Amino acid sequence: MPRQDFERHLQTLQEELLVLGSMVEEAISRSTEALKNRNLALARQVIADDLNINQKRYDIEEMCIELIATQQPLARDLRIIIAVLNMIVDLERIGDHAEGNAKIAIMIGDEPPLKPYIDIPRMTEKTNEMLRAALDAFIKRDAEAARRVIAQDDVVDNLYDQVFRELLTYMAEDPKTINRATRLIWVAHNLERSADRVTNICERTIFVITGQVEEEGVSKY
Amino acid sequence: MNTILQPRANENLESSFVSDHIIVAENLRAYYGSFLAVKDVNIGIHPRSITAIIGPSGCGKSTLIRCFNRMHEVVHGAKVTGKILLDGEDIYAPSVDPVNIRCRIGMVFQKPNPFPTMSIMENVVAGRKLTSLWSKRSEMEEIAERSLRQAALWNEVKDKLRQSGTSLSGGQQQRLCIARALAVEPEVILMDEPCSALDPVATLKIEDLMRGLAKDFTIVIVTHNMQQAGRVSDMTAFMLMGDDRAGAVVEYGRTDQIFTNPKDKRTEDYITGRFG
Repeated sequence: MPRQDFERHLQTLQEELLVLGSMVEEAISRSTEALKNRNLALARQVIADDLNINQKRYDIEEMCIELIATQQPLARDLRIIIAVLNMIVDLERIGDHAEGNAKIAIMIGDEPPLKPYIDIPRMTEKTNEMLRAALDAFIKRDAEAARRVIAQDDVVDNLYDQVFRELLTYMAEDPKTINRATRLIWVAHNLERSADRVTNICERTIFVITGQVEEEGVSKY
Repeated sequence: MNTILQPRANENLESSFVSDHIIVAENLRAYYGSFLAVKDVNIGIHPRSITAIIGPSGCGKSTLIRCFNRMHEVVHGAKVTGKILLDGEDIYAPSVDPVNIRCRIGMVFQKPNPFPTMSIMENVVAGRKLTSLWSKRSEMEEIAERSLRQAALWNEVKDKLRQSGTSLSGGQQQRLCIARALAVEPEVILMDEPCSALDPVATLKIEDLMRGLAKDFTIVIVTHNMQQAGRVSDMTAFMLMGDDRAGAVVEYGRTDQIFTNPKDKRTEDYITGRFG
């Protein structure tokens, strides 16, 4: 089979995408854990690690550019590389949302929590589940699996609504909670945005398979 | 739903999708003796656009375009069945003069082939002199200048029109051959690997020239260079040799579609280099 060297590069590129994906997944989990356990050292670690995520994104981008410049990829090969170029932007941005949540965890600091954290960890779990499934669908070139991930975005949106409504009640009842509640709304918002970014990744997978860029249902937010 | 790439801006092509094709091949088969080289080709060439024919060696690309201007039959024992319509008229009809067809459908070959004993000027008008398109000397000069300008060569040769055509560089010689084809005022220009003997700069000049010419002429180009097909053409036909060793058109479509999202797996395998 000709183009073995190119095949290997294409394979490595996708493996690196998975590495970036797992770095981002870890950042999401850890930022929520830092918030939940008021673990400021962990929050600072998430912020520091974001630099590695950014670097990884640029490394992958460079690989893509090199492959385009030297291998003149066409058809599906070209679509894979273009999809990866788009996906790394979404992944890096999700990493930034996680970093943002780590910063909020530091802002909240040692203040006692308004209430036990339930929905935010649920949002975190769901977002990560979507992220893993999205990258899996890409590697398996499974458009149907990608569409199923997109459909799950509603779950995260509904959790966001729930968090928002609940925190609004707290603020209405006791204005002293406004500061803390607002920060938690930011956290939930960052998670909601992250899940939206995951749906972009799925749209790129569909693009690789069908050659069409499809807007797969419009997110509530 | 958006398409992946916007089609190349070519108004002629856009309008030609609703108008007739300038060349139509119907059930075309080309033989060398009893050997079937190209089979069952059914394609329409859009006017004032560039159509690229790509495919591996021996798949019948050159044979196919040589059928378009009755050059195929020049080979001993070669024959064609099926139809080729030029503006709706069958060019293989008994009443048709092949010389007339070759004036309307000019050809440029792989290796630049200016007539070695002729000057640049004589080369350009040679086609007219050899056909019934004989004109007065002053007219000939006008035609030569116009053709050389169309071939983007005038500024480089205007002070040495009496010099031999072979004194020019390879790229200039190829443009001289294009000027020679243009001088007989064809409707279609067939180009068989026109850049394969040229360096990258000369190649890009020819490609620029082709894009300019496509405003007024129909160009069909055979090329091994897929990047070239991608750069210059509006439509691409992919040909492949079948198990019976006869070449056939596997896929024909807009170049942006063929190069980003081909429908046939054989096309995909070929253009991504996984053929064989």
